[in-house]
Order: sequence, then structure tokens, then C-alpha cells
Amino acid sequence: MKKKDGAIARPAMVSAGRPLKRRIMDNWQLYAMLLVPVVLTVIYKYIPMYGIQIAFRDFKASKGMWGSEWIGLEWFERFFSAPTCWRMIKNTLLLSFYSLLWGFPIPIILALMLNQLRFRRFKRATQTVLYAPHFISTMVICGMIRIFLSPSGGLINLIAGTSIDFLTESSAFRTIYIASGIWQDAGWGIIVYMATLANVDTSLYEAAKVDGASMFQRILHIDVPQLSSIMVLNLIMSAGGLMNVGFEKVWLLQTDLNKAASDVIAVYVYQQGIENAKYSYSTAVGLFNTAVNIVLLMAVNKMASKISEDTSFV
Amino acid sequence: MNYVRANVKAGRPTGFSERASDIVLVVICAAILFIVAYPLYYVLVASVSDPYDVYAGKTFLMPSRFTMDGYTAVFADPGILTGYWNSIKYTVVGTVFSVVMLYLSAYPLSVKNLPGRKWISIFFIITMYFGGGLVPTYLVVKHTGLINNMWALFLPGGVSVGNMIIVRNFFENSIPKEMVEAAEIDGASQWETFIRIVVPLSRSIMAVMVVFSMVAYWNDWFTSMIYLPGTERAPLSLVLRNILIKSSASASQASTISGGYAELNKLTEMIKFSSIIVAAAPMLIAYPFVQKYFEKGFMAGAVKG
Repeated sequence: MKKKDGAIARPAMVSAGRPLKRRIMDNWQLYAMLLVPVVLTVIYKYIPMYGIQIAFRDFKASKGMWGSEWIGLEWFERFFSAPTCWRMIKNTLLLSFYSLLWGFPIPIILALMLNQLRFRRFKRATQTVLYAPHFISTMVICGMIRIFLSPSGGLINLIAGTSIDFLTESSAFRTIYIASGIWQDAGWGIIVYMATLANVDTSLYEAAKVDGASMFQRILHIDVPQLSSIMVLNLIMSAGGLMNVGFEKVWLLQTDLNKAASDVIAVYVYQQGIENAKYSYSTAVGLFNTAVNIVLLMAVNKMASKISEDTSFV
Repeated sequence: MNYVRANVKAGRPTGFSERASDIVLVVICAAILFIVAYPLYYVLVASVSDPYDVYAGKTFLMPSRFTMDGYTAVFADPGILTGYWNSIKYTVVGTVFSVVMLYLSAYPLSVKNLPGRKWISIFFIITMYFGGGLVPTYLVVKHTGLINNMWALFLPGGVSVGNMIIVRNFFENSIPKEMVEAAEIDGASQWETFIRIVVPLSRSIMAVMVVFSMVAYWNDWFTSMIYLPGTERAPLSLVLRNILIKSSASASQASTISGGYAELNKLTEMIKFSSIIVAAAPMLIAYPFVQKYFEKGFMAGAVKG
């Protein structure tokens, strides 16, 4: 990952011949600007990271995060012996795998199509409308889903002439989750691809046209290669977040009857940690989730760099 | 060649197959537009129609038995009004705070010869990939005394690293070095350069960041749910949970209705539609104004230069 981010790897320019101490003194105003963001990051990002150790302790509020008794892997053992443990892991992986499977290619296809539109106003208007759902709260989206899927008078049932209560069917849950996710975010997802495609040298299109290339051929041979590196980057990012199923939507769409498909780790972490105040246990479950994610991210990253070495794809 | 170029510029198809693929493209795009826009349109129509007609399927295209009762009820509900006010407050304070934090962290990191720049960047970027998780963060917020304090919404997530990188790259790629150097030669301090040169020259990326922040704060409910448990502090999205997800009328509505259970039920259904519009409208109205900056911002910010 870090290899790809040029800004990180770029070495600080050394102004010739001035001692480090002097250069630091010269820049005191810049360091002062950084002070508040750094302090906030230490307090609210790094101290919680250090606090993960309560996953291996028996946290008692009276003894605090650093004073509670060490108990090793007991919380992890408890999680793996919980009756719904494997169901949650399976649901989490399936939900994000299918989201990725559908959610990854659709923005690319949309961007490639929109980029070919020659009617500027129509293109602009289409983009505006496609972005709209991204600006709506998950709460409102889930409210809309519930209204549309209502067995009595819901839009879907009205159109189909049925009265199915979709949210009580666990077999429908994944489809609802993924379809609504695409509706909400595929339009916004095109933005980075559109920005990349805007860089394509238009003389390439003209040359291709003169050579008699069809629209489809132009997309395939001019546009797609331009997008390949950003596509790989996006794929790595999403694959690394495969265990990061968002809490909000699943929780708001969950009913007692669809739990066979909607029981995921993120909801469990919230329920155990915040609702039941089982701090140590919840932290352990969350840590397990993060650990799987990091392993996935590293594996995908390795695979991607291998592909890029072999075929200079990136 | 010139002929082709002229046609491309004018946006005219150059042949039959070109024209055919143009038409196919427009039809597909129109279908996609419909799929994206129709659910929102349907909610808008339903919000001004009689709920019985909505549930009988008479409002697919046009309102039926036009009524504004849903909106009247929404704006008469003290719970929703308080939520609306809270959301405005959190959005304004949070956006100002976040954008200030973003600028204060992004600018120093864009200065190439700042000693330690690389390490400070890594220090921030690590938090994008790894965090303490829900409970440890919650415990720290609790220890710092922010439960039921609105700053719990701003301080823990105040430094958005993803946006910080976009802004930093914008500074690196789009602020002319000569202007910064000229200011420094004229004796401006680093702070003065930042305020007088960098901030005014980065209005486009600032507009994008303001909208991103506004949307994030306006739509947030989870942070409020765990850190601000008092109902009088709930933002609009969280208030809507009772209406949209739990489908329960608030006590205040029940007491103002005289027509009994059926009337209350009808009103509850109407409020669902109108509250969706009321909650979604501000952001849907705001974003098209900065839309043209989105791609520019991503170009200058996401591309590493």
C-alpha cells in the first residue's frame, strides 16, 4: 500500500548546510499548526489502540483499562464457542464479498458509458442525479427500504401485485442490502473514474475513429487501460475491508426473522459492547475482526504487486 | 482529419453506427436515471398525497388528494423540531471545526522541506488502516468527559485523514510555488503565507471539504446514539429512527390527534414520507452547487502529482 502512495515515500528535501535544529526552529509556526490535530489523534486514535489490551484483560471499571486483571485468550475462546460465531463470520464475509462482486464493476461500467456521452448537458444532469443518493443518510435510506418493501402498500409489492414481507425473509436480506447499496453508492463511485478518464488525450479517440474503431473498441482499447491502475487500487482497498461490513445498515434492516443472513460481527460488537457493556468481550471480537482484515489486506496487496510485476498491469 | 475533429468538437455523430451507438447509450443512461431518481420522486409524491391512496397504489406518478398535513405534523412535532435544530447546530460547528483541523494538518505536511514531514504523515495515515475499535474508543471518550457533550461528535473524528491527504495533495499540486516563495521573500511569516495566500487560493477544495463535512455531520446518527444518549440532544436522523424504523408515533403526536387510532395511524404513515423529504432535502439542495469542484478536487487531490 505504502509503496503506492508517492507522497509518503517522497523524502523531505534537505536545505543545504543548515543544521536540523535550526530548520526545526525556522518552521515552528508549521509545527504549531499541527499541534491540535496531533494531540487529538494521540488521544482519540492512539490511546484506544493501546486500550485494545482490554481484550486480554477482565476489564473492571473500578480498576481501569491498565489495571484490570490479565486473563489471556479467554474472551476469544468464548467467542469461538458462541453458538452464532460461525454464522456471523460467514454472514460478514458473504455480505461483503457479494457487495464487492456487484459493487466494484458497476461504477466502472457507468463511468465508461457516461464518458462516451456527447451531449454535455445530459451528461452533466445524469451525473448530478447519480450522485444524489450518496448524500442521503443511511437512516433515511433504510426508512425508504422499509417503506418500499412493506407487505401492505409498499411500492415493490404494489408493482408486483404481491404482499410479501421481504424483511422477514432471510433469503432476501443479502439482495436487499446489496441492491440498495448499489443504488446509493454506485453513482458516487464513478467520480474517481470520471476524473481519470478526463485526463485521456482526446487525439487518441480521433485517431481511433479515423481508423474505424467502434465505440466499444475505443472504450476497450483506450479507456480501460487508463483505468486499470486505479481499478487495482480500489480493488485492493475493498478487498482489505472485506470484514468491514458497515454496522449501520445491517442493524437498521435487521429483524428477528432475517437474522440467519443478517447476523454480522459488527452488530454483535455493538450489542455486546455498548448495549450489554461487556467491554472486554466486545473488544476481543472487534480485534479478531480487525486481525482478519489486516491479513486479507496484506494478502491482496501481495497478490496485486505480483500481478503488476508480471504483467506491468499497474 | 480536420473534418473529423470539427465534428467531434461540435458533438455531432460522424456516421450511422456512431449515431446508433449514441442512441443506445442515451437510452441506457435514461433508464439508469429513472432507476436512481424514481424512488426519490415516489417519496416526494407520496408525501403530499392521502396515505390511503398511497397504499392503494394511486400515486405512482402524480399526487392523489393533495395534502400538506404530513409536513404540518412534522413541523408541529417538538421532537423533530429539536432534532432539526440539533442537526443544524452539530453540522455548523462540526463543519467549521473539521475544515479548520483539515487545513491546519494538511498545510504543514505539504511543505516539502519540513523536517519530520514523512513521519508525521505516517503517524496520521496509520489511523486510516488501524484503530482501537468501538469499545476502547468509547471508553476514552467517556474518560475525557464527553458523554452527553456535543464535542464527542467532533473531537474523536475531527481529523479526517482521507480528506487531509486530498487537501495536502491539492496544496502541493495547485498552489503556485512562486507565490509562496514571493510572500516569504517579502518577509511574510509562514502563518501569514498560509492565511493570505494558501487559504484564498484553495477555495475550490475548501468548498468540496465543507460539503463533505456537512453531509457527514448532517447524516450521522450512530455517533450521537452512543455518545449523546439524552433524547433532547438527538439529531434529526436519530429522531427519525423512531418514526421510520420503529414505526412508532411520538407521544406528542398522539396527544394532538383527536380522531382516534385510525387517524393517528394515518398521520404516522404520512409523517414517514414527509420526514424523509425534510431530512434529505438540505443536502440534496446543497451538493449540486459544488458538484463542479468534485472532479477538479479529486483530480488535484487524488492524483499524486
